[in-house]
Amino acid sequence: MSRILESRPHYHFRPYNVGRWILWGLFALVLLLAPRLWTSSFSHTMLSQMGIAIIVCLSYNVLLGQGGMLSFGHAVYSGLGSFLAIHALNAVSAGKLALPVSLVPLAGGLAGLTFAALLGYVSTKKAGTTFAMITLGIGELVWSMSLMLPEFFGGEGGITGNRVAGTPFLGITFGPQVQVYYLIAAYCFVSTAALFALTRTPLGRMLNAVRDNPERVEFIGYSTQQVRYLAFMVSGFFAGIGGGLAALNFEIVTGEVVGAARSGAYLLFVFLGGATFFIGPIIGAVLMVIALVLLSELTQAWLLYLGLVFLFMVMYAPGGIASLIMMNLRLAAFGKLRGLWTSYLALAATACTILAGAGAMLEMTYHLQLNAALGPEMKFMGATLNTQGFDSWFGAAFVLATGIALFEVTRREFMREWGTIQEEIEKEIKRREAL
Amino acid sequence: MTTPALELRDVRKSFGKTEIIRGASLAVQPGERVAIIGPNGAGKSTLFNLISGRFRSTSGDILLNGRKIDGLEPYEVNRLGLARSFQVSNLFTRLSAFENIRCAVLWSLGYRYAFWRFLADLRDANDRTDEVLEMIKLDRRRDVLAMNLTYAEQRALEIGITIAGGSAVILLDEPTAGMSQSETRRFVGLIRDVTAGKTLLTVEHDMGVVFGLADRIAVLVYGQVIAFDTPDAVRANPRVQEAYLGSVLADAQVAAAGH
Repeated sequence: MSRILESRPHYHFRPYNVGRWILWGLFALVLLLAPRLWTSSFSHTMLSQMGIAIIVCLSYNVLLGQGGMLSFGHAVYSGLGSFLAIHALNAVSAGKLALPVSLVPLAGGLAGLTFAALLGYVSTKKAGTTFAMITLGIGELVWSMSLMLPEFFGGEGGITGNRVAGTPFLGITFGPQVQVYYLIAAYCFVSTAALFALTRTPLGRMLNAVRDNPERVEFIGYSTQQVRYLAFMVSGFFAGIGGGLAALNFEIVTGEVVGAARSGAYLLFVFLGGATFFIGPIIGAVLMVIALVLLSELTQAWLLYLGLVFLFMVMYAPGGIASLIMMNLRLAAFGKLRGLWTSYLALAATACTILAGAGAMLEMTYHLQLNAALGPEMKFMGATLNTQGFDSWFGAAFVLATGIALFEVTRREFMREWGTIQEEIEKEIKRREAL
Repeated sequence: MTTPALELRDVRKSFGKTEIIRGASLAVQPGERVAIIGPNGAGKSTLFNLISGRFRSTSGDILLNGRKIDGLEPYEVNRLGLARSFQVSNLFTRLSAFENIRCAVLWSLGYRYAFWRFLADLRDANDRTDEVLEMIKLDRRRDVLAMNLTYAEQRALEIGITIAGGSAVILLDEPTAGMSQSETRRFVGLIRDVTAGKTLLTVEHDMGVVFGLADRIAVLVYGQVIAFDTPDAVRANPRVQEAYLGSVLADAQVAAAGH
């Protein structure tokens, strides 16, 4: 008996990871309850789009954040998934294909996988800049094909479908938006879990290794090309699922879903959310839908604001929003967050002042250029501004200048505090290590 | 006579018109520890790059356990049981020390590109990783990112990644480069421990390390192995003295002429 015990090398204690179960439970709960909290049909549409965007952004981050592959053509795989899914849906409607509507997104996934296997075989032969260029080229190629092959891509008008097809299952017809939302939520949860699981597997870890140091990977038995290729196919599959869900959600697929603008949006928002953390793309996806749907309603200059946010993010917080959250969680873990909240409040207030000043000037410019026919008066944040009067311009400039000056003062103070707190944490870590 | 663990037969390598390796031949027996020395620019690192598959040789044969390996990709050479380290630490900077070693273990334990198994469940890989971390004395630093390790720790991790896969033939390219004297002494002991029973080739400038590690010394001069023998025999070899001490003699003569 004792011999048997001895021959075991180690006893492996694997604690039950309670925190993780709570997080996943919360995620499921949010997906489940969100349409009960926001009940309007408009918010259901938005929530559906968020679910889709989360899947696609997470699939994109397999390339960008986990594999270090900067792809400029991710919309190719989500978009082709959309097209294959809408064709599958139409085949179901016509009675030519016996597939439940709930599985149509899988047709999109298979399309994404197939095209990733075909096109990725070319692009993943190279890494770095060359890879980026090839994806850009393939993106343009597929985009031009979408205009040349109207039978498949539907030309200018796109392809329409009807998601109420086949026999309803348990009374679910997918007619009401909320039913589609729950289908999307289910796919979103499973895809997120699967992509998270991928980061815990040998392939997922080697993908990180390829990102960090492709050269060394070759000397520990792995072909970097093979690792990239497999990851690319995984990414393509989930992008295709996202595309397939989008086809069900909108019931129309046009050529722009494979376009460069869409690819650019995925890159931009994954970066904004934070490519270095698993949760980053989820944040990015939610922001993407908010920006594309809400912000574009709010102001005509939304692309300009978006560009500015992206610019400042790249310059000052290249880890994205997720990294900002993580840095503050680290402070909280050491009990240092409390000392900073006044600074955060001051930073937020001064930033809002800048936004008010700059926003007023930008909106007035847009008003002058685009809406001059409506007269010189315009509404901005409840105030009426005369775009041709000296007062409003001077006022806006004054607010902007004051905001910038105050912001700079608070920022310096904040950076000083931040520095001391980081030093204290370093000391604390050293002290704990010494114990 | 047994098959050499590693054999070079008249290996040549040119970059453009310049021939760097000009017919190098060498046969290393299994379990032998060989130091490759030579003046700067003799082609020592190039030779390592040829053996490990990083460069293609222009002509000649490279054999690992009697099997031709020239023309193979680095990962194919590695799978046949040859691992190398680098002169400048070549780590997975954003992964922890533990993850660095585990990556190096995975292929040798047959996990390949698996995406259907969790790393946490790979008991043999995790045990082997902990074992290697203990061998290179980084077990207390297992969760520190590679980029946050000290220089000496990074060098140790570099060796750890190299030996983790259990390759029988180990190539170390200047393992003690940039280390202080005391660190070097400690490190030589560590290298000796972790490569016990393996065929070892090192490129080294520090003669203390060379004599501490090697059973035999190969002298590479202008892309040719001009001597391959025990340390004492190499020291007594007139061709080595000429190649190595030529410059020293010339300096001495200049100094003498000045008087």
